[in-house]
Amino acid sequence: MPSIRLVNVTKKFGKISAINNLNLELNDGEYLCVLGPTGSGKTTLLRLIAGIIGPDEGEIYIDNKLVNDVPPQERNVAYVPQNYALFPHLSVIENVAFGPTSKGLDREEAYKISMNMLEMTRLSGRTDSLPNELSGGMQQRLALARGLASNAGLLLLDEPLGALDARLRVELRYKLRTLVKNRGFTAVHVTHDQEEAMIVGDRIAVLRHGQIQQVNIPYAVYNEPKSIFVANFVGGANFLEGYIIERDQQGAWVQLRNRYAARINETNYSPGERVVLAIREEQTEIFKRVGERQEINLFSGTIQSSSFLGSSIVVEVLLENGDVVNSKIPVSQQKRKLASNEKVYIKLPPENIKTYSYPQAGLFRELEVI
Amino acid sequence: MPSVQLVNISKRYGNITAVKNVNLTIENKEYVCIIGPSGCGKTTLIKCISGIIQPSNGTIYIDGKVMNDVPINERGVGYVFQDIALFPHMNIYENVSYGPLVKGWELSKTRTLVEEMLNMMALSERTNDHPNVLSGGAQQKTAIARALASGSQLLLLDEPLGSLDVKVRALLRHELKRMIKDLELTAVHVTHDQEEAMAVADKIIVMKTGKIVEVGTPLQLYLHPKNLFTANFVGEANFFEGQVDSETKEGTKVNVNGLVLQSSEKVSLKENKIVAAIRPEFVIMEKRRRKELLWKGKIETETFIGNMVRYEVKTENDKTVVVKMPFSSATQEWQVGNQVYLMFPPDSVLLYPYPQLGLEREISVE
Repeated sequence: MPSIRLVNVTKKFGKISAINNLNLELNDGEYLCVLGPTGSGKTTLLRLIAGIIGPDEGEIYIDNKLVNDVPPQERNVAYVPQNYALFPHLSVIENVAFGPTSKGLDREEAYKISMNMLEMTRLSGRTDSLPNELSGGMQQRLALARGLASNAGLLLLDEPLGALDARLRVELRYKLRTLVKNRGFTAVHVTHDQEEAMIVGDRIAVLRHGQIQQVNIPYAVYNEPKSIFVANFVGGANFLEGYIIERDQQGAWVQLRNRYAARINETNYSPGERVVLAIREEQTEIFKRVGERQEINLFSGTIQSSSFLGSSIVVEVLLENGDVVNSKIPVSQQKRKLASNEKVYIKLPPENIKTYSYPQAGLFRELEVI
Repeated sequence: MPSVQLVNISKRYGNITAVKNVNLTIENKEYVCIIGPSGCGKTTLIKCISGIIQPSNGTIYIDGKVMNDVPINERGVGYVFQDIALFPHMNIYENVSYGPLVKGWELSKTRTLVEEMLNMMALSERTNDHPNVLSGGAQQKTAIARALASGSQLLLLDEPLGSLDVKVRALLRHELKRMIKDLELTAVHVTHDQEEAMAVADKIIVMKTGKIVEVGTPLQLYLHPKNLFTANFVGEANFFEGQVDSETKEGTKVNVNGLVLQSSEKVSLKENKIVAAIRPEFVIMEKRRRKELLWKGKIETETFIGNMVRYEVKTENDKTVVVKMPFSSATQEWQVGNQVYLMFPPDSVLLYPYPQLGLEREISVE
C-alpha cells in the first residue's frame, strides 16, 4: 500500500493558483478527507495525485518514489472523478470487473469481488444494465463500486456521494469507510460536506484558496480550529467581534458591541487588540430563567426564530447589545417549547470560547464559504 | 391570495405512473415541502402545479380556480429551478427587473421593487455584475430574487438549493424562509434533503412511488411518524422486529430476540409480529447497570460527528443499536470494546405493524 507526499506543490491555471505551495503527507493505509468550498482546489489536488495534470512547481511522491513524470496508468491509482467516466458500452458488472481483470486477477475472482462491491453499493440487481440506463445516483454508485473493486493501492474519490439523495448519502458514508478500510486502500476523498468528512476520514485536510489551513483528526479540527475559516466551515459557530479591554493572569475581558463585556480564558491578546470570539452553537447555553447570582457571560435577549432540524433545534436569539447568536439544543433534551419573541438568557461559558485576531480582510470575508 | 388544491392527480408516462391519485391542499401563505427519494414523483407533481406538464387525470385549483387549461404564464406562479437559469447577457439588476418590465410596470415602481428584493437577498452591491462572475450561491440568490420580483404570490421551488455546497445551502435556506414569510407568500418547495425540509417548512409531504405516504409538521414527522418509511426517511432510526409480549397499563411490552422493550403505545395483541422504532438520540446509554437499563451490549464503533458522537452497540440479543449522544465528558471516556447498558424510554419507542413486503423493502430510500 502506498504513502503519498506532496512537497511545495503549485498548480496554476493562467494567473490563478489553484494549488498554492501545498505540502501534505499521507500514511500508508490512511483515509484522508479533503474538505473545502467550491473553488478551493480540491479537484485539482486529486488530479495532481492521479497524474492527469502535472504540477508547475514541487514534487509528488507515491510510495517514496518521485512520480512527477510518471503517467497515470503507472501510478497504481484508481480515480473516481466527478463525472464518473464509466465505459458506456460495458455492462454494470463488466465496468466493475474491468479493473481487477486488467490487473491480472482471474475472471472468477474478479467477478466475485465485483459482485460484492455491487451489493454494497446496492446495484446487484442491475448487473446487466448499461450505464446510460441508470439514474444519476446509480451511475455514481457504479463508479464508486468500480473504484473499490480495482486492485489499485490508492483510491482517489472526487465527491463520491455528491449525486445521491441526502438520506442515501448518509447511509452510504458508513459503508464506504468500512469498505475502503477492509480493502486496505490508501484513500483521498474530496468533499464539501463537513459531516461526511468527519465520518469517513481518519484525518481531515481543510483546503482554502489552494492551501491547507489545517490537517488533523476530525476531533481536533472540530475542537481546536486554527482559524475563523475552519471554525466556520467545520461545524459552524457564533462569531462576536470585540476589543480586549483588560488582561489578567487567568484570562481577559472583551468589550463586545454596545459596551457588553465578555470573559475569556485566554491571555495571548493584549488590551486594545481587536478580536473575534467564536463559540459553537451547541455550547451556547439558553435559559428561560436565571438565579439571583450574577453570572459571567450571561446575556439577556429575545428569541427571533427557532428551526427544528430533526435531532436538534436551533434557536436564534437577538442579544440586547444587538449581536445575534444561535443556540443548538438536542431534541432529546428539549423539555419546553421556545416561542418567538420570548425573553431568554444566553450563557457563553468562557472555557468554550475560542479567540482569534480580527482578520485583516474583515470578518465577513473570513466567513465567506462561496 | 393563492391556495393550491390537487384533486385525484395522476400522471402517466407510457406504462409508468409517475404520480398516482394525489389529493392535496396547500393553504394560503403556507410553506410546504415535498420530500421523497429520487423517482418518487415529487418533481412531476410540482411541474403539474406550474403547468409545465399536464396531468393525465385530475383537477388542479389555484385560488379556487381550475388551472388545467390555463397556460404557465397565466397561472401567476414564480418558479425557481435547480439549474440556475439566469439571462447570461444581462446583469443582476436587469435579470431581476425583467419580469416586472415585461408585465409593463412603470420604471419607478419596478426600480423600488427590484431594489427591495436585491436588498433582502444581500445582493445590492452586485447589481452591475453579470451572472458568470457570481458564485453559485449568489446566482441562485439572484434567481430567487427574480422569482420574488415577478410579483407572484405563489412560489414553486424545485430543488432550489440542489446545486450548492452544503454550507451554502444551510445559509440560503434560512434566508429563503425569512423572505417567503416576510412577503407572506405561498410556497411549494421540492427537495430530497429532509433536513432542509424540516428547517423551512410549515408542513411536509412525504412521497414514495408516486403516492403521498404522510403529511405533517416537521415535528410530527420526526417525533411521531405514522409509518415506517417516514420514520426512516426523515432521520436515522433503529428498527427492531419483535413480538408483542403483553399489554400493560403503561403500554405494550415487546420481545425483541429475547430482550424486552417497553413502549407507551398500545397495539392490538393480534398484531403478533411488529416493528419497534427509536431514534438514536433518544436511546440512553450508561456504563453501570441500573434497573431500567435492560439491554447489555458492547461498543463496536465510535464516530465523532461534531456536536454528537455516534456509537454502534452490539447487544446480547444480537442486534446492532445506533446511539447518538451530545459530546460530553461522559462520551469522552467511552471506547470501542466497552461494555454498556442501554435503555429505551417508552415514550420514544414507536410501534408499527410488520409491513407486508418486509421491513427492508418498506424503508428502502431508493
